Amino acid sequence: MKTYIIRRSLQSIVVFCAILVIIFSMLWLTGNPAEVLLPVDADQEAIDALSKEMGFDQPLYIQFGYYLFGNPHQGTGGLIRGDFGISSNHEIDALELVLSHFPNTITLAVCAVLIAVILSIPLGVLSATFRNTWIDYSSSVCAMFGQSMPNFWFGLLLILFFAVWWKVLPTSGYEDWTYLILPSATAGIYATARITRMVRSQMLDVLEMDYVRTARSKGLVEYVVIIFHALKNASIPIVTLIGLELGILLGGTVVTETIFSFPGVGYLVVDAIATQDFPVVQAAVALLSLSFVFVNLFVDILYAWLDPRISYS
Amino acid sequence: MATASADQKNLTNEQLEDVRGPSDFQLAMYELKGRPPAIIALFIVFTVITLAFIPGVFAPHDPLIQNLDTHLLPPGSEVKGSYFALGTDHLGRDVLSRIIWGSRISLIVGVTAVLFSGLIGISIGIMAGFFGGWIDTVCSRALDTLISIPFILLAISIVAILGPSLEVIVSVIALRTWIVYARVVRGEVLALKENEFVVGARAVGCKTFRILFLYLLPNVVSSCIVIATLYLGRMIIIEASLSFLGLGVPPPTPTWGGILADGRGYIDTSWWITFFPGLVLMLTVLSVNLLGDYVRDVLDPRMKRNVD
Repeated sequence: MKTYIIRRSLQSIVVFCAILVIIFSMLWLTGNPAEVLLPVDADQEAIDALSKEMGFDQPLYIQFGYYLFGNPHQGTGGLIRGDFGISSNHEIDALELVLSHFPNTITLAVCAVLIAVILSIPLGVLSATFRNTWIDYSSSVCAMFGQSMPNFWFGLLLILFFAVWWKVLPTSGYEDWTYLILPSATAGIYATARITRMVRSQMLDVLEMDYVRTARSKGLVEYVVIIFHALKNASIPIVTLIGLELGILLGGTVVTETIFSFPGVGYLVVDAIATQDFPVVQAAVALLSLSFVFVNLFVDILYAWLDPRISYS
Repeated sequence: MATASADQKNLTNEQLEDVRGPSDFQLAMYELKGRPPAIIALFIVFTVITLAFIPGVFAPHDPLIQNLDTHLLPPGSEVKGSYFALGTDHLGRDVLSRIIWGSRISLIVGVTAVLFSGLIGISIGIMAGFFGGWIDTVCSRALDTLISIPFILLAISIVAILGPSLEVIVSVIALRTWIVYARVVRGEVLALKENEFVVGARAVGCKTFRILFLYLLPNVVSSCIVIATLYLGRMIIIEASLSFLGLGVPPPTPTWGGILADGRGYIDTSWWITFFPGLVLMLTVLSVNLLGDYVRDVLDPRMKRNVD
């Protein structure tokens, strides 16, 4: 178990380093930064001079070194000190800006997962218990719709109903908890559908097991059998999926945040992209990828811990 | 399934059919009869494909012509002899015609991205599974890395840098999906390559290339078809999301996501601009997903866990 945790953590570090390489190459796809910094009519000589001054004329691997450990030509600190550069829009440190929006994204992702869990577990359990009845059919149809629903359209529909027609909930910004309801419902719909289907199929497997039959033949009440014997044993893959969905949501609330003008990292990124503010984009991609890698690592270790039957060699 | 063995060589074709049992296609058709949702889904997908091929025949108006006299008309309006079944947008363009023309981009992007990513994913998966060693390690780490970057974030960054065009959008979407093919194919090849028919092929001196293409590839095709149909719907949604964020095929080309984005600013007065394209998008994706489930059940029921 210990070796597994160490190996798995090392793997995550390798993955994160590779992500940094990708983020660095994103910078180079935009062209020579010197050209971007200078006015449009600058001649080649001026571009070369600035390239030399800033160190843009060095080979790429050295520049990557600068990027990670700081550039002596520019006096920047490098990623290792959390220096992604200065946001050109907000004129403050890019990472600081992203970090200040991060708690909102976490809140949104956690609320979305909570909604998903509260809805999907009872739905999945019910449809497995009452297999092939109208309860099962209607919950499966809902799950199918949920998986096929483009979440930005769902978000707009929610705005249309709850804000425009019934005027009961706010649509944009983030002031108190009522501002969280519509965005979390929008972000959580896909996770709800996926977890519902997973709970259903896991429960169907478990309900056929001998220990469930034993529990029933002992004369236990049905709901005790379902909840304490079946659901408990079906829970490991479900917990894993919930963890994975949380990871996906941390990085995937971009569209939801845009629809509701919710001040999270995703909204910030879309805004930064529109204004070519690349330090912010890079800092955001790095931070969200890091949290995704971290959540996945945690889920994998949790899985190994919950299910000791599986050996990881 | 029963197969014709050596002593049944003298049977007539008809008898042979009895022995072999129904073909995959016959099974698929038989299964279809018991599944009305799949029939409806097939019908919807067929309709969308037809619309995408010949939008000019079905669209009642030009999707691009702006006319401020007819702007923001509700569904069912009639102005000077022109009928707008689903209303008009803020520039007076007919929403129905724009939806019909928009089906093109969705289908083109979805289908090419699925094929393109399949090509890359299958090649890499087969190689990683067959050769193992460092090739496998490098591929697996590359997969882990790509899958760890939140996809929509990566997609919008790349599209923002390279500029939105059809090629860029297809490549960006394919960049993520090939992983799914590669993972499944790699796993299957790992198991397949230990089978007698592969060992036998090697023993009689087949070249590696021949083994990869003639022995392994045909055996992974059915799982790949299942992945393709299950992922087509997601591709269509991703394309629409990019268009919605203003990073899709640039206007004035109508796209479903783009129409929705246009309508977003008018949602408090003109709900139809956002409602109808979204509805069409959802129905299309729903049908594709239903077909995907159906194809999976027919071709490969074991896949249920792997791809979900």
